[in-house]
Amino acid sequence: MQNVDAINAGNFEEPKTNYLNNGYTLKSWLLTKDHKRIAIMYLLTISFFFLMGGVYAALIRLELLTPQSDLLESGTYNRVFTQHGIIMVFFFLIPSIPAMLGNFLLPIMIGAKDLAFPRINLLSLYIYWIGAALALFAMMQGGVDTGWTFYTPYSTTFSNGYVMATGLGIFINGFSSILTGLNFIVTIHTMRAPGMTWFRMPLFVWAHYATSLVMILGTPVVAITILLLALERVARIGIFDPAIGGDPILFQHLFWFYSHPAVYIMILPGMGVISELISNFSRKKIFGYEFIAFSSIAIAVFGFLVWGHHMFVSGQSIYAGLVFSFLTMVVAVPSAIKVFNWSATLYKGQISYDTPMLYALFFIGLFLIGGLTGLFLGSIGLTVHLTDTYFIVAHFHYVMVGGQVLAYLGGIHYWWSKMTGKLYSEFWGKISAMLIFVGFNLTFFPQFILGYMGMPRRYASYPAELQVLNIFSTAGASILGIGLILPVIYLTYSVFFGEKASANPYMHPGLEWRTSSPPPTENFEETPIVTWEAYEFGEESGLDLEEARKELAKV
Amino acid sequence: MQQTSWIPLFPEQASSFAWQVDALYFYLVAISVFFTVGIVAAVFFFVVKYREKEKFATGAEIHGSVPLELFWSFVPFVISMTIFLGGAIIYYNQYRPPEDTMEIYVVGKQWMWKSQHGTGQREINELHVPVGRKIKLTMTTEDVLHSFYIPAFRTKADVVPGRYTTLWFEATKPGKYHLYCAEYCGLNHSGMGGWIYVMEQRDFDNWLAGNVSGQTPVEAGQDLFMNKLGCASCHAGGPSQRGAKLEGIYGKEVKFTNGQTAKVDDEYLRESILNPSAQIVEGYQPIMPTFKGQVTEEQLVSLIAYIKSLSGVTATTSSSSSNSTMTNTATPANTANNSNAASNAANTNRGK
Repeated sequence: MQNVDAINAGNFEEPKTNYLNNGYTLKSWLLTKDHKRIAIMYLLTISFFFLMGGVYAALIRLELLTPQSDLLESGTYNRVFTQHGIIMVFFFLIPSIPAMLGNFLLPIMIGAKDLAFPRINLLSLYIYWIGAALALFAMMQGGVDTGWTFYTPYSTTFSNGYVMATGLGIFINGFSSILTGLNFIVTIHTMRAPGMTWFRMPLFVWAHYATSLVMILGTPVVAITILLLALERVARIGIFDPAIGGDPILFQHLFWFYSHPAVYIMILPGMGVISELISNFSRKKIFGYEFIAFSSIAIAVFGFLVWGHHMFVSGQSIYAGLVFSFLTMVVAVPSAIKVFNWSATLYKGQISYDTPMLYALFFIGLFLIGGLTGLFLGSIGLTVHLTDTYFIVAHFHYVMVGGQVLAYLGGIHYWWSKMTGKLYSEFWGKISAMLIFVGFNLTFFPQFILGYMGMPRRYASYPAELQVLNIFSTAGASILGIGLILPVIYLTYSVFFGEKASANPYMHPGLEWRTSSPPPTENFEETPIVTWEAYEFGEESGLDLEEARKELAKV
Repeated sequence: MQQTSWIPLFPEQASSFAWQVDALYFYLVAISVFFTVGIVAAVFFFVVKYREKEKFATGAEIHGSVPLELFWSFVPFVISMTIFLGGAIIYYNQYRPPEDTMEIYVVGKQWMWKSQHGTGQREINELHVPVGRKIKLTMTTEDVLHSFYIPAFRTKADVVPGRYTTLWFEATKPGKYHLYCAEYCGLNHSGMGGWIYVMEQRDFDNWLAGNVSGQTPVEAGQDLFMNKLGCASCHAGGPSQRGAKLEGIYGKEVKFTNGQTAKVDDEYLRESILNPSAQIVEGYQPIMPTFKGQVTEEQLVSLIAYIKSLSGVTATTSSSSSNSTMTNTATPANTANNSNAASNAANTNRGK
């Protein structure tokens, strides 16, 4: 108990060495086993890919400013949207929250010194780098024009891009996901601090547990699929191409058997971040902890049963289509439960409007629209009209960008002081959050209307009567772009010139706030003993709130 | 392009099930608006009302409520089931073609849509159809996946190499409507589209009459059957008949040597031509060679149309398909001329 009191009161000695100043050589970074340093290296790489994917997005929106394909000719446009998809999905969204925030926070949140397998964690990073380097190499050589979905027989027989190099990059990158997922699951099972029971874990950890399940069960399937693709393309063994005895629909089944669950890899961790933000900035227990925790697991499980809803018009049996439509409607329920619980958490809270909370509130709004439009697309009679149009483009951007990217940014802002030991400018934080919200809606909302009007996706040119809405969309994208560049500037600035952060600037109860900012290499000077429930803000949390208020008053 | 819809930025309704899809759409829009407004209002209200009174104050001690959780699990479930049922009914009707249809064959190809009417007219990137008739498209592709999409009809279906997919609709309003390829198919994907012309029956008849009609699919198929591919040597009647008797076979059940049965439809005929040894009908020997790689998709379509005509199935407006000329009259020279005529017809249409 002594230990707990000391930590809680915040009067532990700040250690002289933390994970950042524990060695400055390149070698000390590249051969580190520290999950926090690995997370920072992920942050830098992921940010690079996000920027690159963003440049491709900008090219897409500029091309679509006019109905003709004038800025980019259609062959180039096809490569640009393919690269945008591949980079954003495989090299940004999938690793974004798990490999970066998850890596940094998961061990600290459960009171562990590191992940269960620190060397494998470093290996995951190197595998990611190798996969990414291969994909970059393919891009430099001219890239691919298959769309990120690699549908056969186009990808095996007709495309003349660097399909194999890109495929190999994604194949290798998949092992990074598998190892990270495995590492998380073992860590959560075996490394929790004394007193950290399953139902005392932050929901961020529950969400990562569910994500890890999907990663280790789903990713091997995409690896197998790419291998089969390679066999067909190189050795001409008939698997997907009907000309040599294959079945093109089989590829879609295999591809979506991974890629639909992968959608949940791209949103579940975001939901975990939002649960943290909403509860902490309302200074109140999260409403229905168990329901949120188990809805993550339910999403992970049901997520494996709905892949066929990507194939409603592909020629699969109509009865299969009906079953997949039904299951898709079922999987909507756990997502709805989360939204209701987040909203109810705000009731009678003590809500502050810090930048991370703004991101969380915007997330609720955008995820609502993303989720509800998912019902449109799950309803099979409606999706016959909507699939492969801009409606679907708008829908998944609302979920992936409005959901995951906002959660990722909210998380980075929230834990920035923990990661760097510095405070960023709240003013600029709020400005950029609002620019992103406005810019995002202006970019993607018109695309729902375009989609219902029938504008097909992946079109370099389109009928002139659709131009006005496309102009709105491109205008919105430029606002969104500014909103996304601002954090790069003020966050980088804060690292060098920012005010020093205390161990617990928000007085939040999570274990990550009960160690110094930035934390020491071994995370805690002494192993913490957990005596409080999750999201405990009152007396039981042991936080010395009076003291903190006095400190605040002094400043 | 007509943009006469009474709602701005809304696609035209021009098929018999467009209004059903739109009704479901508006039902969903209503649900979405209800939940979005409701939740956003609640969030906004809470955020303002429960703004922190004092730094680091603690919120109310509320853990949750099982009845409330059950309530907001059950209600979305019920609502989502109504959406599922609505969608399922529409889809079931959309994807099961009725019996009395006018049949048109469609072949997708990088990057054009080729179609052929039962009366022989061929079109490229255009399709003329009469208003108020049920139209069934039997579709395939020569290369990669494509998707035949008509937004004004609220329908689309992928075309898949190596098999037939079908799409049916009944146009309700004369006009000119966009046709798109909705499944990414490579370089000129966004150029693979054209127009659907919906015409009054009278105008449609005029259009048919004014167009070079070349061979009908049945005639072309007969030509292939009798001459080019030599099917007749085993399948035509007479003492030398070794292959299956094809007259009257369409729509019947056949029994295979392994005891399974199948109904003879387009897909079955296609499979039997391309991959004859896969399943052998009882009473026959596996002697037929495969025709894979020797017939094009368009020839296959004609061949099937001919075999169907032997069972009296002529699912078209055609009045001229002649079952009577079963004799082996056409010479190879004629055949060549005929296929030239057909491709000329196609070129004429392309030039329009």
